[in-house]
Amino acid sequence: MVQLTLPKNSRMTTGKTWPKPEGKNVRKFQIYRWNPDDGKNPQLDTYFVDLDDCGPMVLDALIYIKNNIDPTLTFRRSCREGICGSCAMNIDGINTLACIYGMDEVKGDVKIYPLPHMPVVKDLIPDLTHFYAQHASIMPWLETKTNRPAKEWKQSIEDREKLDGLYECVMCACCSTSCPSYWWNGDKYLGPAALLHAYRWIIDSRDEATGERLDDLEDPFKLYRCHTIMNCTKTCPKGLNPAKSIAEIKRMMVNRVV
Amino acid sequence: MAETKPVERPLSPHIQIYRPQLTSITSILTRITGNALIVAVILVVWWLLSAAVSDASFATANAVMTSWFGDLVMTLSLLGIWYHYLAGLRHLYFDAGHGLEIETAEKLGIACLVGSVVLTVITILIV
Repeated sequence: MVQLTLPKNSRMTTGKTWPKPEGKNVRKFQIYRWNPDDGKNPQLDTYFVDLDDCGPMVLDALIYIKNNIDPTLTFRRSCREGICGSCAMNIDGINTLACIYGMDEVKGDVKIYPLPHMPVVKDLIPDLTHFYAQHASIMPWLETKTNRPAKEWKQSIEDREKLDGLYECVMCACCSTSCPSYWWNGDKYLGPAALLHAYRWIIDSRDEATGERLDDLEDPFKLYRCHTIMNCTKTCPKGLNPAKSIAEIKRMMVNRVV
Repeated sequence: MAETKPVERPLSPHIQIYRPQLTSITSILTRITGNALIVAVILVVWWLLSAAVSDASFATANAVMTSWFGDLVMTLSLLGIWYHYLAGLRHLYFDAGHGLEIETAEKLGIACLVGSVVLTVITILIV
């Protein structure tokens, strides 16, 4: 349901401002903080980072803050090269991966929030349980009925090419949590990430459950809450196009009844 | 075992902090113009009905509709209907699986915005 304001316990307050260091190249960061143990509302803390002493990416600054200023700052990160999808967060008003987003891409102060409209575990860490469950619900594996071949399931080069632009998804959840439709109906609408994966298996030439997969999506909410707002495609840090995948599924739905 | 109590987790901020995108703005405008046009339709129906009821009631309705306020509402409705029409065409194009690259989608969005203003001006000049 559309709910434009935040619940009472989620409204942000102004938090602590950490001391500003000397230096010519100091950048201001405003970062969302929430601690499950202190019973307080979320707050925006202000940090200053000396860029001459720090790497170029937003993740470099977060690690700098954690190492040098405030060790309690909590965030997920792993590969630091845009392949694990852990450090997805809202930076400067859009969802992206902190490790591949340069600070020079941000004008003014750097504002960092967790992925939008998600339950917060702590600071910049959202609870992705439901998001993963939705991914699991689209059966993200090869479904076959015929007897297993002696070696592997083969695929022509052309059929394999159909998976380009789909298999690269790292499940960072940037797209789904950028989608207003997912904000209002995320409990029932699958969201761009799960639907892109659904499409990836629907068009796989080796998969033999295409009909069942489409049947499962034939639902007022799961698929059709997509209104082509396109925040998903605009924000995808991997440059993929979930909106296009969803449109293709909708087309297949029409084509199989006419 | 550690004592665990259920935590009421806050909801992370969403529309308050998400930067408006050209694609999202043109999308929500479709809905806004569609709903606003309901008001315009009700006004026009009232105008027509009053003509069928009596001279006095038509005089009232006509006075409102031809006042500066009526002109303003009808002009904005004209803009709204043109925008809604162009955005509807864009949606048909999207649903056929075309124009879904960000670059094209944004160009189409600008075309809807500019096109609706141009068509409104042309309509006012002709009528």
